[in-house]
Amino acid sequence: MARYREACESGKFVVSGEIGPPKGTDVREMVHHIDLLKDLVDGLNVTDNQSAVLRLGSMAVSHEIVTRGGDAIYQVTCRDRNRLAIQNDLLSAHFLGIRNVLALTGDHVSVGDHKDAKEVYDFESVQLIQAVKKMNEGFDWAGNELQGSTDFYIGAVVTPESDPIEPQKLKFEKKVEAGAQFFQTQAVYDMDNFQRFMEYARGVTEGQDVKMMAGLVVLTSVGMAKYMNKFVPGVFVPDDLLEEMASVPKEEALHKGMEICARHIRFCMDNNVCDGVHIMAIGKEEIVPDILRMAGLI
Amino acid sequence: MNITKQKPFEEILESLANDTNIYIVGCGECATQTQTGGEEQVADIQARLQEAGKTIVATDVAHSTCHELDMKRIFRQNKAAAATADAFLVLSCGGGVQSVREATSKHVVPGADSLFVGNTKRNMVFEEKCSLCGECVLDEYGAICPVTRCAKGILNGPCGGTNMGKCEVDSEKDCAWVLIYNQLKSEDKLDKFMKIHSPKRWNAVERPGRINGRTADEEKGAA
Repeated sequence: MARYREACESGKFVVSGEIGPPKGTDVREMVHHIDLLKDLVDGLNVTDNQSAVLRLGSMAVSHEIVTRGGDAIYQVTCRDRNRLAIQNDLLSAHFLGIRNVLALTGDHVSVGDHKDAKEVYDFESVQLIQAVKKMNEGFDWAGNELQGSTDFYIGAVVTPESDPIEPQKLKFEKKVEAGAQFFQTQAVYDMDNFQRFMEYARGVTEGQDVKMMAGLVVLTSVGMAKYMNKFVPGVFVPDDLLEEMASVPKEEALHKGMEICARHIRFCMDNNVCDGVHIMAIGKEEIVPDILRMAGLI
Repeated sequence: MNITKQKPFEEILESLANDTNIYIVGCGECATQTQTGGEEQVADIQARLQEAGKTIVATDVAHSTCHELDMKRIFRQNKAAAATADAFLVLSCGGGVQSVREATSKHVVPGADSLFVGNTKRNMVFEEKCSLCGECVLDEYGAICPVTRCAKGILNGPCGGTNMGKCEVDSEKDCAWVLIYNQLKSEDKLDKFMKIHSPKRWNAVERPGRINGRTADEEKGAA
């Protein structure tokens, strides 16, 4: 059940994937993706109303992954729930056998499909990390003793390409101090930049057992890469990759993106840049096994 | 200052659909500065309502509409008009509207939407910098309020949506966290940035807020 944590703590190169729950009740494709990936990776993230768009819940899907024999990394955002609701969910998730939590502040409602909703942010990511840690120690946020503590492996995110980077670095340091045990980064493409960021991050986490996973979003076209450069804060696809994506005919672009992703996995692995990778195929989970094969991981 | 914006005239007319005799109330404070309910706007609405077939029984721009005793005094002084009015149209913040509510039992209609407590950047440019959270934390953040000026109101640093000094939610607005970082850095106080802040005590002010600052003697005198 604690496969992801065990993989992280074993010192092996950790690989996780991501499941995006559907908007609705038709779970056939999602379940297919779970079954396709659950044994090929160490854990599967489940997004929580990703991009502030209403979807099937991350707790239910995380539970499904665990039930089907995989390990889930339960994403929890602070956008939709106050501290009572979040802690309630954490206890429920623990009851359902979920053991990994990824603590996020969460995209603002204004980027999603319920733009008039009231955003909450009673907690934010650093406080949520603290709250999970407290529950692991047997206490709720208010300091009341729990009848049985939780046993969550606590994850967080960091954006190595954030501009400016300095405030982001300090927030990363606060997340480490708050008790984050593993990090998955926002999508990284410039491996030199990432390597420099990791040298800094290793310095921060020295002496602590904090695992760092490179976030890899598979490029599907040169247009998608340019779109991210223009519209997604903290994501930067360098010119040489744009050129590489543009160098092949459109119908081969996805394959090129998979090649790049596999190359980056190998780069991280062979150079001991980080402790693992988190692969985000965003709706194209079918291609993940091929990427893992191309990277020689399976 | 309470920043307001006049409601669309059609919406005001719709609210007044069943009323003929209208008493218009403006405000000499915030709504005058925001040009929502000052003398000019009251005169303008008066003309438009008359054109729409309404009878304006009186207009008053109160010194400050949110002063409830003052509103009662104004309506006492203007008793005849207040008695003939079917409805009171109030061009001020929601506080002013409810002040009029206290002073009359008739139909009271808001003529403006209340937006935020704002600073005047320059004439007719207003920015929200304080959200009246009940426990001022500005000293922790270089006197730049993350509760108000960060779109998420988060307390421990920028989110992933920070974008070259601007906010993902609105690229016209500065990322409060970049401002806070730069300020604390310039003061050589980045240790403050590194402090992990607990969530706000949202009950620091029990809502709805009420303060009675009167002494026992004053209370006795009033009784």
